[in-house]
Amino acid sequence: MMTVKRAYSLEACIGAETDLTADTVIRAKGLDLTFQTGDGPVHALSNVDLDIGKGEFVSFIGPSGCGKTTFLRVIADLEQPTGGTITVNGMSPEEARRRRAYGYVFQAAALYPWRTIEKNVALPLEIMGVSAAEQRERVKRTLDLVNLSGFEKKFPWQLSGGMQQRASIARALAFDADLLLMDEPFGALDEIVRDHLNEQLLELWARTNKTICFVTHSIPEAVYLSTKIVVMSPRPGRVTDVIVSTLPKDRPLDIRESPEFLAIAHRVREGLRAGHSYED
Amino acid sequence: MTFLRILPWQALLALVLCATALLNLPLVVTDAGAAAGTAWPIMALLAAAALLPLLRLPRLFEAAFLFVAVHAAAWLLIAAIAGNEGGATASFFALVAASWLLAWRLVTVLSRMRPRARGLDILLRLLVPALFGVWLLILWEAIVRGAGIPFILLPPPSLIGLRIANSLPILAADVQQTIFKAVLVGYALGCAAGFAVAILADRYMFLRRGLMPIGNMVSALPIIGVAPIMVMWFGFDWPSKAAVVVIMTFFPMLVNTVAGLAAAGAMERDLMRTYAAGYWQTLFKLRLPAAAPFIFNALKINSTLALIGAIVAEFFGTPVVGMGFRISTEVGRMNVDMVWAEIAVAALAGSIFYGVLALIERAATFWHPSVRGG
Repeated sequence: MMTVKRAYSLEACIGAETDLTADTVIRAKGLDLTFQTGDGPVHALSNVDLDIGKGEFVSFIGPSGCGKTTFLRVIADLEQPTGGTITVNGMSPEEARRRRAYGYVFQAAALYPWRTIEKNVALPLEIMGVSAAEQRERVKRTLDLVNLSGFEKKFPWQLSGGMQQRASIARALAFDADLLLMDEPFGALDEIVRDHLNEQLLELWARTNKTICFVTHSIPEAVYLSTKIVVMSPRPGRVTDVIVSTLPKDRPLDIRESPEFLAIAHRVREGLRAGHSYED
Repeated sequence: MTFLRILPWQALLALVLCATALLNLPLVVTDAGAAAGTAWPIMALLAAAALLPLLRLPRLFEAAFLFVAVHAAAWLLIAAIAGNEGGATASFFALVAASWLLAWRLVTVLSRMRPRARGLDILLRLLVPALFGVWLLILWEAIVRGAGIPFILLPPPSLIGLRIANSLPILAADVQQTIFKAVLVGYALGCAAGFAVAILADRYMFLRRGLMPIGNMVSALPIIGVAPIMVMWFGFDWPSKAAVVVIMTFFPMLVNTVAGLAAAGAMERDLMRTYAAGYWQTLFKLRLPAAAPFIFNALKINSTLALIGAIVAEFFGTPVVGMGFRISTEVGRMNVDMVWAEIAVAALAGSIFYGVLALIERAATFWHPSVRGG
């Protein structure tokens, strides 16, 4: 038994080394995460294998408690896995975080109310020691990118929820990390604002060629945005299906009525249903 | 009987009181038993003020007339009792009550006014509380003099005012000694120390575990017991009082700052972590701004505590100057008006201290829902 085990892990090591091409941004192998809670251990992630390539737009979809947010937090080094390996840009997540490899957009805007919008967007730049002149230039550019020019001097609580979330995206973009992690960023917004922001996000992705990991509850949103859809299921959180989208890169909003789109959406729904256990 | 419906209840009651006063004349009885004071002009003024709403004048005129009438009546009443303290009859008190009710009516009319001009609005907002304060003093004066309450128990405000005016140099020296030395120095040191220790306790777990219970114990030390010991340690002059103030203000600042540093949300902290921000960056850019409302609370609580601490500490040995020293010696000499004068000065200083802090707080935590309103 021992030898077999060692052989496996050796193979995994070799595999990890040889396949580490410049194109792989995130590589997870047998990732496990168990939270110790008062009610006993909770298996948030169980044996997750996933590769995400450069420039991909990957959506994570699944019911509550399937570990999609946890997976994103593991990539961001906000949670520590209890088993398996994960690399971000070929480094440990902690190293990647220290090198400011990613921008993170949370479920809520989490803007600091004592800072104006431009100061909020400049926050990561201040922390990273960017010069004042460059800060100004980048803040202007990123606020332009999310269509918030003219709101620089406003405070977050003077803006609508959609605008706040856009400002938080601008903040994540300001320091130009190649990887963007988004945790249900539009979950709290209404459908119209959401459509609009989805369109803008796609446009931004096309323009910047960033790698985006996107957690969502919504099947249309996942299908509309992604090049790859990761379907997850709960208890324990695991990947049940990985769907590579066949939709073209250029996607007008009405592509959502095309048969191709509906076919992918159907497969996502099937995957969700298959993974869902009704026992509890 | 339609006028009954038009008149406000304060005016109706004031009219009833005027009638009662009329039945119980004279206003004041002298020591010799003779009647003194002319009630007629007072009653005429009050009756006119009470019946004023029947004319349906614009609010501004009504307010102006009420203002003049009630204060003239109050002035005449107090003038009538002067020299005959304790000689007031039921008629006197009925008229005092009537003028007070009409002053109430005046404040009601004023609070209903909504002037468009900003300056006028601010003036009005200051006038209403000022009227409240003035009428508190008028009632105090009229009742104390009318009923002849002994000076030792409660001197009338006019005598306290006179004492303040006549003892300005002494009061200034006392304020200089107690507030500008003991309170301000002790307050600054105590708040700064509480803040610094809170940061240390936040940074180092062993300090949080070990220091907080001891800080708790220090805050429970009775200042009556500590003050004499501080005098032994730091001498008779103001440093020993400042030390008492330090002990009093340290703990509220420590506890509030520690609580405030925990106030930043989990998402906001995670955000800092994603930027790989260091401890001090997170502290200065997130946790201290988030803690500001808590810290200002401590500053405000401490402003009153510091004043109490410094004054009480002076009861236990001090050079011959200081507010606490003055209170303790003048009460022994039965100079109660001087004690009241010091109390008035302390109240004024405390209010200014608190008010300035509240203004700074509004400017610094403008973003907090409690300040921006929603």
